[in-house]
Amino acid sequence: MLTDEERHEIEAEAAQYAYKRAAGPEALKIVQRHRRWVSDQSLKDVAVLLEMTPAELDGVATFYNLIFRKPVGRHVILVCDSVTCWVLGYDSVRDYLSRELGVKPGETTADGRFTLLPMVCLGACDRAPVMMVDDTLYGNLTPQKIDEILAGYRAEETA
Amino acid sequence: MATIYIDNQPYVVKDGQNLLRACLSLGFNLPYFCWHPAMNSVGACRQCAVKQFKDEKDTKGRIVMACMTLAADGTRISIDDPEVRRFRAGVIEFLMVNHPHDCPVCDEGGECHLQDMTVMTGHNYRRFRFRKRTHRNQELGPLVNHEMNRCIACYRCLRFYRDYAGGRDFDVFQWHNYVYFGRQSDGVLENEFSGNLVEVCPTGVFTDKTLKGHYTRKWDLQTAPSICVHCGLGCNTIPGERYGILRRIRNRYHREVNGYFLCDRGRYGYEFVNSPRRIRQPIFRSERSGAAQPVEKQAALEQAAKILGSGERVIGIGSSRASLEANFALRTLVGADRFYRGLAEAECRLLDTAIALLRDGPAPAASMSDAAQSDAVLVLGEDLTNTAPMLAYSVRQSTLQREIGLTKRLHVSWWDDAAIRQALQERRGPLYIATPAATKLDDVATEVYRAAPDDLVRFAQALAHALGAEIPPVSALPRKLAALADVVAEALYLARRPVVVCGTSSGSESLLRAAGNVAWALSAAEHRGQLCLVLPDCNSFGLGLLGGGSLADACRAIQEGKAETVVVLENDLSRHADQAALKLLDEVRHLVALDYLEHATTAAAELVFPAATFAEANGTLVNNEGRAQRSYQVFVPQGKTQASWRWLQEMMVAVGRQAEASWRSFDEITAALAEALPIFAAVKDIAPPEGFRMAGQRVPRQPHRYSGRTAMHAQADVHEPTPLADPDSPLSFSMEGSQRQPPPPLVPRFWAPGWNSMQAITRFQEEVNGPLRGGDSGRRLIEPQPDAAIRYFSDLPAEFEPRPDEWLLVPVDHIFGSEELSALSPGIAQLTPAPYLALSASDAAGANIQEGEKVVLAMDGLHQALPVRFLPSLPRGVAGLPVGLPGMMHVTLPGWAKLSKVTAS
Amino acid sequence: MPYEPVLLANIYKKDSHTLAVYEAGGGYRSLRRVLKGTSPADLVRMIRESGLRGRGGAGFPTGLKWSFLPKDHPGPIYFCVNADESEPGTIVNRVQMEADPHQVLEGIILSCYATRASTAYIYMRWEYAQCLKRMQAAIDESYAAGYLGQNILGSGYSLDVYIHRGAAAYVCGEETGLIESIEGKRAWPRIKPPFPAVEGLFRKPTVVNNIETVSCVKHIVDRGVAWFKSIGRPPEPGNPADPGSFGPKLFGLSGHVNRPGCYEAPLGIPLRQLVEECGGGVWKGRKAKAAIPGGLSTGVLTEAEFDTCLDFAEPMHAGCLGLGTGCVTVFDETYSMVDLLYNACRFFAHESCGQCTPCREGTRWALQMISRIKAGQGRLKDLELLAEIGNSIGALPGTTICGLADGAGWLIKTVLRKFPEELEQYIKRTNAQGYSRCEPAVAMTANNHG
Repeated sequence: MLTDEERHEIEAEAAQYAYKRAAGPEALKIVQRHRRWVSDQSLKDVAVLLEMTPAELDGVATFYNLIFRKPVGRHVILVCDSVTCWVLGYDSVRDYLSRELGVKPGETTADGRFTLLPMVCLGACDRAPVMMVDDTLYGNLTPQKIDEILAGYRAEETA
Repeated sequence: MATIYIDNQPYVVKDGQNLLRACLSLGFNLPYFCWHPAMNSVGACRQCAVKQFKDEKDTKGRIVMACMTLAADGTRISIDDPEVRRFRAGVIEFLMVNHPHDCPVCDEGGECHLQDMTVMTGHNYRRFRFRKRTHRNQELGPLVNHEMNRCIACYRCLRFYRDYAGGRDFDVFQWHNYVYFGRQSDGVLENEFSGNLVEVCPTGVFTDKTLKGHYTRKWDLQTAPSICVHCGLGCNTIPGERYGILRRIRNRYHREVNGYFLCDRGRYGYEFVNSPRRIRQPIFRSERSGAAQPVEKQAALEQAAKILGSGERVIGIGSSRASLEANFALRTLVGADRFYRGLAEAECRLLDTAIALLRDGPAPAASMSDAAQSDAVLVLGEDLTNTAPMLAYSVRQSTLQREIGLTKRLHVSWWDDAAIRQALQERRGPLYIATPAATKLDDVATEVYRAAPDDLVRFAQALAHALGAEIPPVSALPRKLAALADVVAEALYLARRPVVVCGTSSGSESLLRAAGNVAWALSAAEHRGQLCLVLPDCNSFGLGLLGGGSLADACRAIQEGKAETVVVLENDLSRHADQAALKLLDEVRHLVALDYLEHATTAAAELVFPAATFAEANGTLVNNEGRAQRSYQVFVPQGKTQASWRWLQEMMVAVGRQAEASWRSFDEITAALAEALPIFAAVKDIAPPEGFRMAGQRVPRQPHRYSGRTAMHAQADVHEPTPLADPDSPLSFSMEGSQRQPPPPLVPRFWAPGWNSMQAITRFQEEVNGPLRGGDSGRRLIEPQPDAAIRYFSDLPAEFEPRPDEWLLVPVDHIFGSEELSALSPGIAQLTPAPYLALSASDAAGANIQEGEKVVLAMDGLHQALPVRFLPSLPRGVAGLPVGLPGMMHVTLPGWAKLSKVTAS
Repeated sequence: MPYEPVLLANIYKKDSHTLAVYEAGGGYRSLRRVLKGTSPADLVRMIRESGLRGRGGAGFPTGLKWSFLPKDHPGPIYFCVNADESEPGTIVNRVQMEADPHQVLEGIILSCYATRASTAYIYMRWEYAQCLKRMQAAIDESYAAGYLGQNILGSGYSLDVYIHRGAAAYVCGEETGLIESIEGKRAWPRIKPPFPAVEGLFRKPTVVNNIETVSCVKHIVDRGVAWFKSIGRPPEPGNPADPGSFGPKLFGLSGHVNRPGCYEAPLGIPLRQLVEECGGGVWKGRKAKAAIPGGLSTGVLTEAEFDTCLDFAEPMHAGCLGLGTGCVTVFDETYSMVDLLYNACRFFAHESCGQCTPCREGTRWALQMISRIKAGQGRLKDLELLAEIGNSIGALPGTTICGLADGAGWLIKTVLRKFPEELEQYIKRTNAQGYSRCEPAVAMTANNHG
């Protein structure tokens, strides 16, 4: 079941469009903001709200890279794997993160804190290699810098 | 007309079409996938590439997609250019990259468009050396099998299911080369036209699951042109048989009737033919309630002769699902005045009213193609998806017509499907639906009106009055409703081809007459108002024209002692008669039945003759537009089964009346019918006679690749059996015969060199989407009276008043379950709901009834306990009763009923 | 004389993203002036005369695009701003939106006024979270200051600007894909016609322009057509397809250079000059081997082709698809073209929308081919097949619905043509038997259909 808050946000979003279904991706992102991912149940709930069928909504949902239809951790780490980052050390960043977090790309840490996901160009090639954690972009990554970043998120949660 | 140049040869083609269509119409082999004759172009698969040249001097040219390029006057293209040939082969190679190498075990093999196109382009060597992508298949219910790995992503399935059939539980998921076509999760496909995916899919992603249960390759099937028997629309079909088992039904294109598609009832209802409940030999009961004893044919006929005696006090009860010939034979046996139609009194009245509307007024009957091309449709009282499914499909297409006209300003061609749908988005043309409860067409309706039948009549009469001042006005109509009536009247008036749809399923003759008023008023105003009337059974119209009393009349005859022997033709009387009538028939001295399936009537009969089904005998059926169409025997049935008309003829011979029944062949009985009843004069001309030959040869029911004929009977006899003779048609039960295209009524399958799939259809049409070469088959038996003085009806019931402790029961039809024969097919049976009673939630709350709770329904001596299901759209005071479901008793609806809660005991 | 930046003039100021700083630098003056006395038609004429061409990649003349809108359209007209900067290697829209959102916004308002649009959608890619914040703040400030909303500055003209945040799909950068996405659908490019100018977003006439394009509009209005045409390069003689490359352009520089970043230069600056003067030359004292001139889909230039001028016409002479986004990625002499090809194939195989056969199937197959080569299991004849696949994906015009397929095949084509020896030697060096499997793509979008 959607929370009242989610429902209100989705309804407000839907009201901006010529027809409700145009708000589909936005509605899923609202759910994702609250729950981090879109479960089958949430998908069905949103579909009802937007007068769509689950098939119609899932067709849209599964088209986009960043609508998560599988559970993700509390923080999603997107590591850019496109051309500039690729030539400037994507491999080592990915491998370092993998080792530090103990997960392979696409997996979530056992404590549910981080999900590691390779991602196409993040548009910060001047600072390559880069990654995004949730809404924050980190560039010119080095192992030390990654340690600091991860430590920051870990500390934030334990605080 | 436009002249186009294909590889430097000039061809004259129709204006405005695309190059692919033009090339196919001209007979060129140009491969394609995403294009479909009924669904036009989207330009996604890139397969139909041709090279286009600017002018004679241009030697370089550029590659264009034929399906997306206008065949304008002077267009110069090359199909054979090496570069474009390479390109097309390259596209096929791409498509085959992930396509499994499983043709030998794929149900589509041998009639696969992908196979055909691959061969056509010359791609024959796989250079791809990697793992193929794989998908998980879904369980989509009892009718359609899913095998996603074979998908080549042509998007036809999605386009058909969503854009054309209106299904919303099927979509495309994911992206890049993982695109996936299916449901959000496993489950039965909800759309009533899902079976068309089997024919729409160019390869084996969607295949016929019922066929899988008794699989046979297309080339091993014996087929014949046939007519669907599961509703009154008369869709053209191709049933296929092998080893005495009917294996499947495929669509048989008819431009005016069903086009390229069938509903799931029509496609999957066939398995009753293979039912264990089939009666395979004559049965005799020495005592009416005694055990049935199989008897030899001769003994059965002798017994029949004894019973029938001189023919006095013998009455016949015909059937709306039996052919004209069978009904005529019975009528001949018993005499016209003792022939009854086997329908309840109300059913007879409704049928007569409908036929009279088409015969006496100026409005012509609309074919399904007319309905699909109409730019304004009014539906009165019919839940089309459940009573005449393919008509619902047509009406859905009609909602695009007006809007497509409006897209001209966008410089988009009418065949550019993606652009048209893009431009239209949710906009749909005028479709107004007035029914007691919600219908599955409501999503494309401009407006709907939900009311009890009497209120529907008042609404229809009000709008008829708005169109024709001679029609009396309706006083005291609520203001909003009066306004709606004006809106609908205006929409119909402004339309170029308005169609009014009504039918017998609502049970209201007044509604039929009001529909007639609307259509006639449109016609009177020099608009071509067309009338499309839905009738329940495959030969309702034919039986209506044949005439005869109702079952009630038959009962009166019995009561009055005018009848002591009743011969029942292909009719389960419990579906048409109430308890009292059944009891009376049960008590009649002699009851003789002819039918193919056991049911209440055959169980009570003293003598039962095994009749042939539609697949086992020729027959003429008259569809709801009055079109007589010929259906051919597909195979020779097991046992003593034969056509009912033959049994009846033999009975007449047995009682010494051979002079009256001199018909030995099908042609002779149709000729006798035509002579006896002039209304049926055209019936003998709707198909070539038995003596018709092509270059001296018959039309083979078996394809030239039919395998195993020297071996398939080897367990019984090592000698190859002589092909069975067919005295009734120019078709043969063998592979031998002419391979040329026969006249349309005789086309037994669609196949052409290089075209093994259903897409071979373009090779049989005069042009793409045109009639089959030789013209549209079938002929209308009645024509409207354009110049006759119109006598409008003044039916005006009082406004519906809900009653405090009674409900008005209205019929609720189900595509799966309401029709007798298809309900016996296992696939359909799985989708058939259990009997229930429908109430609106608010009415139920008022009566303190929960959903799922059982209530006892009492009306006219009928008592039945049924669980309650909520149908929110029902008007106040109205309840819905599903009709025809197995386990439901016949009752004439609408009617008032009392409901009482089942007290827990 | 060194070139004086215009588009980037503000970005090094403190708090450059705020309205106060923008106004202090003369911001919104052009808007005030235009709203007082210039008619939309005059504005369209001005942009047409300026020769401004779209900065998003295809270089379509902006004024011409605007002129396709129906005259006297009674209903609403939509203006979509393409900020779905997803072409690998491309950064300039992000820099503009982060550092100077008001410049972008003034450009949007002027463009909307010219096209009589009453609603603008900025299609912002999901990953640009900081841009989203800055643009939203700028929009809020502008509403408060009366530059947006009803009756802007008393002119009677009204405009609402919304930001639509994408959900990450490369194809959303294609203009009709973008429109579909705003409509809440799968971002499948549409077949044209109808063109968006006739029937676009929500079936209304629609213009889609890039962030940088609308920013240029602001400066043309500011400084005049003559100024704009004084920068850049005139049409190539004897090339009727080239209407010239005028005005300033933002260039991104990344990869193996000393000073990666976003730079402004006149259109037509030679690649070598850009790399040397702006980027401080190739890193680690090495030489360059190749560069991508304007995003992954434009193909590669060899070091020998570094004198190519970065305008709309010259890169094509060097076999590239075009100028693209003007964002250059440089590869040094040690970098393997096999690796580049692998990365490019991986990207396009992942981002193909799945609509047209050549792109959907070809990109995946190409990836599998190059994966095998990279893994040391390629054979020389693989290069032929790879070239054939690359050609089929979109090399011939009209083979797919949208233009992105051309780009998907272009890099394969140019690398194979320009570095044949390197690829052959790689295969010979790693020559081994057997086949490998490609690295599986990882995505979190899988559902019930895996």
